[in-house]
Amino acid sequence: MDTSRNKCAVRLLFPLLATLLLGAVAHAQNPNSCLDCHSALDPPDQVTEEQFSRDIHAQKGLTCASCHGGDPSKNDQDAMSKKAGFGGKIERKDVPALCARCHSDSAYMRQYNPSLRTDQFAQYLTSVHGKLRAKGDERVAVCTDCHGVHDLLPASDTRSKVHPLNIAQTCARCHADAAYMKGYSIPTDQFAGYRASVHHEALAVRGDLSAPTCTTCHGDHGAAPPGVSTVQNVCSTCHVFQAQLFESSPHKAAFAAASLPGCVTCHSNHRIAHPTDAMLGTGPQSVCTNCHTEGDAGYQAAAQIAQQIDHLDTSVKNATEILDRAESAGMEVSDAQLEQDQARDSLTKSRVSIHSFNPTRVQQDVDTGLQIAGKTHGEGAAALQERDYRRKGLALSLLAIVAVVIGLRLYVRQIETRSS
Amino acid sequence: MLAGVRKWLDERFDWAALMAPLRKKTVPVHKLSYWYFLGGITLFLFGIQVCTGILLLLYYRPSSNEAFESVQYIMTRVPFGWLVRSIHSWAANLMIFTAFCHMFSVLFLRAYRKPRELTWVSGMILLFLVMGFGFSGYLLPWNTLAFFATKVGTDIAGQVPLIGKSLMIFLRGGEEVTGATLTRFFGFHVAVLPGITTLLILVHLALIQRLGMSVPPSVEAQRTVRSEQSREMHFFPNFLLRELMAWYIALGVLGALAALSPRGLGTKADPFASAPAGIRPEWYFMFMFQTLKLIPAKVWRLDGEVIGILLFGAAGVIWTLLPFLERNGKGRSQRWILGAGIFALAYMASMTVYGYLAK
Repeated sequence: MDTSRNKCAVRLLFPLLATLLLGAVAHAQNPNSCLDCHSALDPPDQVTEEQFSRDIHAQKGLTCASCHGGDPSKNDQDAMSKKAGFGGKIERKDVPALCARCHSDSAYMRQYNPSLRTDQFAQYLTSVHGKLRAKGDERVAVCTDCHGVHDLLPASDTRSKVHPLNIAQTCARCHADAAYMKGYSIPTDQFAGYRASVHHEALAVRGDLSAPTCTTCHGDHGAAPPGVSTVQNVCSTCHVFQAQLFESSPHKAAFAAASLPGCVTCHSNHRIAHPTDAMLGTGPQSVCTNCHTEGDAGYQAAAQIAQQIDHLDTSVKNATEILDRAESAGMEVSDAQLEQDQARDSLTKSRVSIHSFNPTRVQQDVDTGLQIAGKTHGEGAAALQERDYRRKGLALSLLAIVAVVIGLRLYVRQIETRSS
Repeated sequence: MLAGVRKWLDERFDWAALMAPLRKKTVPVHKLSYWYFLGGITLFLFGIQVCTGILLLLYYRPSSNEAFESVQYIMTRVPFGWLVRSIHSWAANLMIFTAFCHMFSVLFLRAYRKPRELTWVSGMILLFLVMGFGFSGYLLPWNTLAFFATKVGTDIAGQVPLIGKSLMIFLRGGEEVTGATLTRFFGFHVAVLPGITTLLILVHLALIQRLGMSVPPSVEAQRTVRSEQSREMHFFPNFLLRELMAWYIALGVLGALAALSPRGLGTKADPFASAPAGIRPEWYFMFMFQTLKLIPAKVWRLDGEVIGILLFGAAGVIWTLLPFLERNGKGRSQRWILGAGIFALAYMASMTVYGYLAK
């Protein structure tokens, strides 16, 4: 009797337990019911599972509900009910504040990355983008325009829109679009200029991630154009010595009086080409003659500086040429080649010291370089002389060897003739 | 004066009797006699190596801190140091080249056959020793190329089954190529290898003296057909003077190479730097290096590099024992050996060229 009752209880309990278990498994497999529908929708409402799984927020355990509210563990309209706290689509104007809910909360962000900054929203409010948005401009950039949405990647990921290699392209999406930028009265050729610049070459071609992109000079979340009086401060973050020399040069006051932006006046802003010696002096490509005219002190100083740099450049090239010739002839000139690096360093230093716009100051570095180049040139010439000496020695030795071989041949013939 | 010295020596040591075997020794004369000079030229280059090596020893310092600088000092400051180092380096390459030529000439003229099997074996061991000189000497200037080539070379030695790891540690004096490797290679290069080589050269020369020089079977057959008498010349002075001419010509070639293309030094080895692109061994190891590069990483279930090393090891042993594999008077085995010789020469040459052309 007891046995049959037990069997009956098992028969009833088993389907019940199985149903509960399957339900639990189904729930565990589908914790985010939002994706069930949204992966099947058309853009812009589409968010696929694959897309969301790449998102840094999803990887850190956040769900759709973290931003949109609702209850993704429920299905259909229950998940998107007001009762479940569903907030619906987030308006563009509300995006920065929404992101800031977490990203400005240092206590909250610390659990993910203690060194992550939390001043982005504060900076954004000071940016041109933030200020215009505060005035009601809906077209200016908000967080999602640069960082993306639903498939947001960390900035260190090379696929991220805000990775150093991609930032210029991201900014250009709006700033190079003349139609979109209509009404803002700023040029739209910055990206084209930047792509032709020495900075872009360093970053994109040479892969130097420390090379500047848009945000390096303009700021990222607090993006704004640097003012005329502070532009050299921006450049000086990297070009320290040039900036120091400029600060103590006569150009500092003169540029300020004429409202000329420091570095940009000669080097341009976005289209910064590789500086050449032709930019110095009074030749056709000179930037000095943009302001200075024949007869004034600056014109004379420009000519003198160009001559100094040219003299050192020629001396270094001559020394390099003679050392290379000696080296390709197999002469050991590694010490001189090492010294030659110092001569090249002096040339680079002289090209930096021209930012003092003072020929006496430039001459100090030029003299150091000339001294080293003169020494290495002498060593190269001595090596070539030694090469010629060796070749003469070889010629004499070969003559002696040929004479001995001929002598031996004659001697062998003589003794063999005698014996036969 | 020379006669006076001879008389003096004769009175004390019976010089004439001592020199009698040399006077009696003859060298066969035929259309292929010039191949006989190769062994002598190799011996001459070995002598050059000993002399220039001793001169280099006066200044060379075998430590990782000083080796590069000492070679640089030899090349720039020591009078004619550049010439001594260049000659040492070029003569090493020429010696290995002439040793290979000598080996192949002996093979193709079938001079290895009975009764000269041991002459061939001693010659083959000498060839391996000469390559050992090249490998150990290459590291001594302690420059970047030499450092990484030694690293690769000893890595390959480490792949030898069973004893590989121990062999690599023995060669390197530790797990990595360091100053200990340099000191060790210096020891091999200036003491161990010269000692063994000198002894083996004496054995090789004694065997040649005892067994005489081989006349190629093709020349003997022609003489039999034409009923010609065999022609011979005295070793002393006739052949020796001709050999001397060959030595002088070799000296001229050596001097020209040293003066017109002195060996460079490169940059000092930095064990912490990454290996530069295009690291490759000296030309005489290139055919093996290139073969190992071409073998797939896995052949069936076995490591490709291990298979390559085992094949080269087996080929080296078979090559050394070649005279014992030729059955006397059997044309088939002779043709087999000749074919193997042509294949080996073509393979080595083509793989070497391929190794230099391949990126």
